[in-house]
Amino acid sequence: MTRDEIFEKVREVLVSALAVDEDEVTPDAVLTADLGAESIDFLDIVFKLEQAFGFKIGQGELFPDNVAQDPEYVQGGRITSKGIAALKERLPHADFSSLEADPRVERVGEIFTVDAVVRFCERKLAV
Amino acid sequence: MRWMWIDRVVELLPRERLVAIKSVTAAEEHLYDHFPAARRADGSVREAMPIMPASLIVEGMAQSAGILVGHAEEFREKVVLAKVSRAELERDAIPGTTLRYTAELRSIGAQGASTEGTVELLDHARPDEGFVRMGRIDLMFSHLDRNMAGIAFPEHNFVFSESFRTLLKTSGIDCPF
Repeated sequence: MTRDEIFEKVREVLVSALAVDEDEVTPDAVLTADLGAESIDFLDIVFKLEQAFGFKIGQGELFPDNVAQDPEYVQGGRITSKGIAALKERLPHADFSSLEADPRVERVGEIFTVDAVVRFCERKLAV
Repeated sequence: MRWMWIDRVVELLPRERLVAIKSVTAAEEHLYDHFPAARRADGSVREAMPIMPASLIVEGMAQSAGILVGHAEEFREKVVLAKVSRAELERDAIPGTTLRYTAELRSIGAQGASTEGTVELLDHARPDEGFVRMGRIDLMFSHLDRNMAGIAFPEHNFVFSESFRTLLKTSGIDCPF
């Protein structure tokens, strides 16, 4: 499957899960800030990706669980360097450059762009 | 008012499908407010129009699908409605009709589940027509204890209460809680 084909499928999933228009789903769009995703939507997206691509997604594999609750990862409202390293290892599909520049915990959601989801699917399909 | 919006589960195929029915009756208090007779701006009177509120039809599907999701994990999880993914209803349910909810489990994981459902309507004045498609309701459920880190909920399963227990028993379904 080509990257464009993967993108198209991801776009269909996001249009269905988030009730957004197709043209809103651009590679740079952030799921939360730009497409209005809330916590339950992430589970909906996981289920729909599994159906669309036929692979299984483990808990926390695409989106991390409970990062903000771990005192080792979050101190003073900022993600620690240890936290960023752990997230990078768990989420190799996400782009951390912006979070590394400004690691406030409320910005964690910004790493989940449409492109990160496409990259995640690419990696899963390559296995 | 008791908050049960299905009367009976008529079929349960574990982890796959649940079918439930709900008869709409004129004894339901809310039907007198939804909608009462009213005077129009031109002075004419609009007759009362008792129809089951769409929100309660969604609740009926949520209870049907919620039992299906709860049953999949033997009612250990606190299953709460988290999202109405889609709700389309094309007909009105008036007193003397029966709704049939068919909920199908699409996905289930540790954190929750998604279901797809159809609603059908039987008009007892037109029995030959049988159950006619009324609409579609797709839902997402959350397993509460697995999604609210740091928040403690009571240990007992307050979602599947006495009302659900009674419903399952009268429907002939083994109830482990």
